Amino acid sequence: MQKISNKDRMKIPRQQMPEQEPLARVANFLEVNLGFDAELAKTEAMRCLQCPKPKCIEGCPVQIKIPEFILLISQGDFLGAAKKIKEDNMLPAICGRVCPQEEQCEVLCVTGKKNPPVSIGRLERFVADYEREVAGLSVPEPKPRTGRKVAVVGSGPAGLSCAGDLIQMGHAVTVFEALHELGGVLVYGIPEFRLPKTIVKGEIENLSKLGVEFVTNAVIGMTDTIDELLENEYDAVFIATGAGLPYFMNIPGENLIGVYSSNEFLTRVNLMKAYRFPEFDQPIIDVKGKNVIVVGGGNTAMDAVRTSKRLGAKNAYIMYRRSETEMPARIEEVHHAKEEGIEFRILTAPVEFIGDENGWLNGAKCIKMELGEPDSSGRRRPVPMAGSEYILDIDVAIIAVGNGSNPLISQTTPDINVNKRGNIIADENTCATSKKGVYAGGDIVSGGATVILAMGAGRKAAKAIDEYLKSLDVPVNQPAGSNA
Amino acid sequence: MHKILYAEFLAQDIKRFRIQALKIAQKRKAGQFVIIRVRENGERIPLTIAGSDKKEGSVTIIVQGIGKTTKQLNKLKSGDSIMDIAGPLGKPSEIEKFGTTVVVGGGVGTAIAYPVAVALKEKGNHVISIVGAKTKDLVILEKEMKDTSDELFVTTDDGSYGFHGFVTDKLLQILNSGSKVDFVLAIGPIPMMKRIADVTKPFGIKTVVSLNPIMVDGTGMCGGCRATVDDKTVFVCVDGPEFDAHKVDFDLLTKRNRAYMREEKVAMEKFMKEML
Ligand SMILES: Cc1cc2nc3c(=O)[nH]c(=O)nc-3n(C[C@H](O)[C@H](O)[C@H](O)COP(=O)(O)OP(=O)(O)OC[C@H]3O[C@@H](n4cnc5c(N)ncnc54)[C@H](O)[C@@H]3O)c2cc1C
Ligand code: FES
Repeated sequence: MQKISNKDRMKIPRQQMPEQEPLARVANFLEVNLGFDAELAKTEAMRCLQCPKPKCIEGCPVQIKIPEFILLISQGDFLGAAKKIKEDNMLPAICGRVCPQEEQCEVLCVTGKKNPPVSIGRLERFVADYEREVAGLSVPEPKPRTGRKVAVVGSGPAGLSCAGDLIQMGHAVTVFEALHELGGVLVYGIPEFRLPKTIVKGEIENLSKLGVEFVTNAVIGMTDTIDELLENEYDAVFIATGAGLPYFMNIPGENLIGVYSSNEFLTRVNLMKAYRFPEFDQPIIDVKGKNVIVVGGGNTAMDAVRTSKRLGAKNAYIMYRRSETEMPARIEEVHHAKEEGIEFRILTAPVEFIGDENGWLNGAKCIKMELGEPDSSGRRRPVPMAGSEYILDIDVAIIAVGNGSNPLISQTTPDINVNKRGNIIADENTCATSKKGVYAGGDIVSGGATVILAMGAGRKAAKAIDEYLKSLDVPVNQPAGSNA
Repeated sequence: MHKILYAEFLAQDIKRFRIQALKIAQKRKAGQFVIIRVRENGERIPLTIAGSDKKEGSVTIIVQGIGKTTKQLNKLKSGDSIMDIAGPLGKPSEIEKFGTTVVVGGGVGTAIAYPVAVALKEKGNHVISIVGAKTKDLVILEKEMKDTSDELFVTTDDGSYGFHGFVTDKLLQILNSGSKVDFVLAIGPIPMMKRIADVTKPFGIKTVVSLNPIMVDGTGMCGGCRATVDDKTVFVCVDGPEFDAHKVDFDLLTKRNRAYMREEKVAMEKFMKEML
């Protein structure tokens, strides 16, 4: 590798992500970002200053050894780089695509002080894709079995990463999933054009090869309770059921036909493939040539509005009650949405939905807002402006204002403590709950957060569960069929 | 895949299935439902559990072929399989010792009312059942209902069998005759449940109905199944499916259930063509 000075490194411009043109991509569900090729990746990797005390690592919720893997990329050792990432992150192809790098690692990047930061996320994605395409997913050597069994409830990133670690520690793992498909929000929430489902499938197949058992259509709390899992078969349980109870706004007209929660809208499209109706049976209200508003400013809102555009909406609006700076969505998603012709009505909120005599939505009464004093979240509170109401003609409204926690498990397991919002209370370092042998992590604990935080929680829990299992003095059950 | 252990038509377009699902068979209580998916590209639909056989590890469902998915399901025979079944979902019926109870089943709703009638009887209630259908050939579960009820009335809209008239007429007759009724459960088409609610309201009788909104996940995750009860929004799949009939906004439910009429027609036409 040629020697190159930091000054010269600083001169290399941040490499552009090749992507589908906006006009082309709004007509399909294929991935928008096409990914770096080897040349782009190596060039981008050269921009890393290899700081002796890397700031970026501090911003990463799972402390990926960022400069080390980037150095390997610049040396052309892409498989080595993939291995380096996987020491800390089980799902780099997913995180490289959906992490909010601009507020985690990249915001702290020293190069980024004067110039745009190193594209850490895109490099992460590149090596993960490279590894998958060139080497196939690698299945590590199986560890000796401990004879202990763990039940993981929920197959989102928290559940999958916990299962992946536990199986490699030698424990038997069964993942229980309520839906008929595995992957949690990664399959039913985040659309194909941002995270191709084959990538999630690949990760899950990899876990299967390692020996993780998956049981779909298992609604824990109903099909089995946590107590039954512990009594019948399992030595410990990890609850990773996500934040899956959609909030509505409690405004008049919210039950009109045409008002969806983002969960329902995205589930119909992503999980049930309603965009391919009638080849797939589950329908969705036809938005072709119609007006759609999505209420909210997070990733979910961006996914829903961009999906509606792809389904043929004439006008697709984001309606958000604060200003654009307060939007929680990843910057890239906001940018992509704008490129795709999404209209932003910021500092505006619906106060009422209006419908016809058959109960179909046909309008939203909206009010403008101005920003007042900061509220408990530290963001300036939106204050309605008297007399600024107006009516917007719309056919479909999608509510993406957040999720609460699903009560099926807490209702049937009263000895697991929850806070007043229904989130399970778990130890920050070990994910232990108030119930012996039961751990919890991801959105069910934190409320709606991020993939990487959920994954990090899954790994923390795996470590703590491993220690717990080792501390058990009850003998390991004799395996079935043994003569002992 | 879940095997269909037994399937038989009870009436035209109404079929009873016993489907392999051990866990659900062991856990289910009266009033609960399952979500099923018939095939790989299939939609998720809710079906109330009509019974179970714990030994065999099967649940019984009774299906009226109305839309594409239910018609497709009714084409399946013993030995075939369905793709997915999840449950038991929803809250079980609240079974108490009320005293004298009337269980009303309209059309295929009788299948859903039946397990509740059994549970009410087991709890020591006096159970009067009213089973209604359009015409004689569509009366289902008469024998089963008879075996679990103290009194059974069958009504047909066209008078071809039993009492000539609607289930509401029969109920009104019973109430007007001065019988003291403490509890009414009504399950059937929405207009029927609404009328039952109207009939019992002046008498001040506690009346419960089982709602059948469009669902997706059935676990509280999507909110598609929401209904208005007592002026508040509920998610029927987790808060119900049974609610106080006097507080349900039936008009809203009727409208919401029409959301995909257009698509249902498209799917149906495609299905019929494929069947040719
Ligand atoms: C549309 C959308 C877009 C997003 N975009 C981003 C993004 O760009 N970047 C980012 O970092 N984060 C994003 N997020 C947030 C991120 O997806 C979540 O924080 C993360 O998936 C949480 O992981 P989890 O494992 O805790 O739960 P989930 O992914 O929610 O998985 C929970 C699983 O548990 C199952 N389950 C629930 N209850 C039960 C039960 N009783 N029994 C059995 N199984 C059960 C559920 O069906 C589900 O499959 C997005 C979220 C949404 C909804
Ligand atoms: S069916 Fe989705 S919440 Fe009830």
